[in-house]
Amino acid sequence: MKTLPDQRGYFGEWGGRFVPETLMAPLEEIDRAYHKAKRDRAFESRLDELLTHYVGRPTPLYLARRLSARLGGARVWLKREDLCHTGAHKINNALGQALLACEMGKRRVIAETGAGQHGVATATAAALLGLECRVYMGAEDMRRQALNVYRMQLMGAEIVSVAGGAQTLKDAINEALRDWVTNVRSTHYILGSVLGPHPYPMMVRDFQSVIGRETMAQFRQSVRGLPDLVVACVGGGSNAAGIFTAYVPHTRVRLVGVEAGGRGPGAGNHAARFAGGGAPGILHGTRTQIIQDENGQVEPTHSVSAGLDYPAVGPEHVNWRDTGRVSYTTVDDHEALEAFHLLAETEGIVPALESAHAIAHAAKLAPGMALDANIIVNLSGRGDKDLDEVAKVEGGES
Amino acid sequence: MSRIADAFKTARREGRAAFVPYITAGDPSLERTVEIAAALERAGADVLELGVPFSDPMADGPTNQRAAERALAVGTTLKRVLEAVREIRERSQLAIVLFTYANPVVRFGIERFAEHAAASGVDGVLFTDVPAEEMIGFRPSLKAADLDAIMLVTPTSDRARMKATARFGGGFLYLVSRTGVTGAQRDLDRELETNVHTARKASRLPVAVGFGISTPDQVARVAAIADGVVVGSTIVNQIAEEGDTEELAARVEAFALPLSQACSRKS
Repeated sequence: MKTLPDQRGYFGEWGGRFVPETLMAPLEEIDRAYHKAKRDRAFESRLDELLTHYVGRPTPLYLARRLSARLGGARVWLKREDLCHTGAHKINNALGQALLACEMGKRRVIAETGAGQHGVATATAAALLGLECRVYMGAEDMRRQALNVYRMQLMGAEIVSVAGGAQTLKDAINEALRDWVTNVRSTHYILGSVLGPHPYPMMVRDFQSVIGRETMAQFRQSVRGLPDLVVACVGGGSNAAGIFTAYVPHTRVRLVGVEAGGRGPGAGNHAARFAGGGAPGILHGTRTQIIQDENGQVEPTHSVSAGLDYPAVGPEHVNWRDTGRVSYTTVDDHEALEAFHLLAETEGIVPALESAHAIAHAAKLAPGMALDANIIVNLSGRGDKDLDEVAKVEGGES
Repeated sequence: MSRIADAFKTARREGRAAFVPYITAGDPSLERTVEIAAALERAGADVLELGVPFSDPMADGPTNQRAAERALAVGTTLKRVLEAVREIRERSQLAIVLFTYANPVVRFGIERFAEHAAASGVDGVLFTDVPAEEMIGFRPSLKAADLDAIMLVTPTSDRARMKATARFGGGFLYLVSRTGVTGAQRDLDRELETNVHTARKASRLPVAVGFGISTPDQVARVAAIADGVVVGSTIVNQIAEEGDTEELAARVEAFALPLSQACSRKS
């Protein structure tokens, strides 16, 4: 199988490098540094050591017996990325890129964040490595994720509230890109998902693909063979890319990405780029599927989970959709909230609202599958950050 | 010869740098944009840069971001911007460059866009977020419609990149004065002169400098070393302050005049 992306950063017809000219030189620099780091044993062992002793990898692959019994079908396994230090898979990438920033001699890092998890991960990596750190966050997301704002500040990061646009993740990315364009010589932009201009979609996927490699080995050890189905939520798509990549060549494993169905169909109600809402376009440096109007203006999105509230999706996902290797579906706010409760009640695990979308989809499919079938859900983050918001949403609902 | 090339040639013959004002189309309305274009021409504009508003203008500072928001709020679309250009073109031979993000054009359809733009009287197109490497998907359509691709080079483009980038371009080469987004600033980059020199050597096209140039004094300093001077945010600020009034065009004209005059190297 041909490895993607190609030389120009394309996955099929998706990806590329659509940025202001000022960013072309730094992107080349990152590309070179990343390729060098990949071949550098010292870099690899430094990252491995941090992933093991600092992040707590490998994270468990846990058989959720009571959840499976409740659903009455396939066995549901959880890849426990929620147990990573800082509470989500985002740290895998943030640490990798922060180390790379050090290799490039950049002492300042910036990041965007939606749910706050990538911001927290970047602030953490910056504290650990002694880097100056600034995080851009939409004003609306700051309100939804107040706890994570404080966590980032605790670790010495400066949080900048982004008041433009919809005040969510996409606007935070715009602002981070503006900072980067201005301070390009001193600064590395730690982009948090498989988005943006090449080499980010590839590099972030690679840093996250430790999830799938571990899962594959762990499942083989506990059960032998391969699972029937792997499910992950897809905002930008980094946790999904992280767990899917190892399974992509094993075509008998079904792979399903779950987008945010939000309040339902209709502009501004959801973040479902594949399920009818999106069209091909160019946003944040990459050619991908984007929720936009007929005039090419990006449309507002909605999801109860800040991390899925984004109008575009990683270019490799669009290619996986095109080739049919991964199928994409939606779970709405209500179903995600139900799954949030379901996992808490049956397993004593509170999932992030993002991950709850994946749980919800597994819960739909499991009852229709054989008792000896196996579903793996990437539990990409823990839900502590969401407790206030869930209480508020549910208080308002009743 | 294209209107853009003509404009630079005329300016050179008259011993001045070309004056290239920028405004966001549709701010505060497309009707006003047509009036402002005429006002800028009276003030001495050689080339008009017309920004196509986009929801996610990542290469723009706050001034142009807000201008885009205002333009979108009144329903400005690429199609309507082209209609406004047609209206300007009916009574003027002012060279017009569209300054746009890729997405509205991709959504419109690049081929269809190029045909419509040329038919409306657009002379050149500048994509803020399409570097030379990605022009492959855009250039053939522009070329077929006889539109100049205006390419950007920046302080981070080394000589090889400048050369490669300039090869894709027509009209003029747009040198970004500094690393950063659009917007007025107090001081010009100290390395500007070196960068202009490098850009000149990389291309036979005239070199215009933009980003952060806002006072007659700054214009004069850039005019002394470059073939053209782009002035944007400071004009956009005037538009924002005045708002949608009958006096708007006159105010912009009065404001632009000293900027335009500063392009002359004789004084």
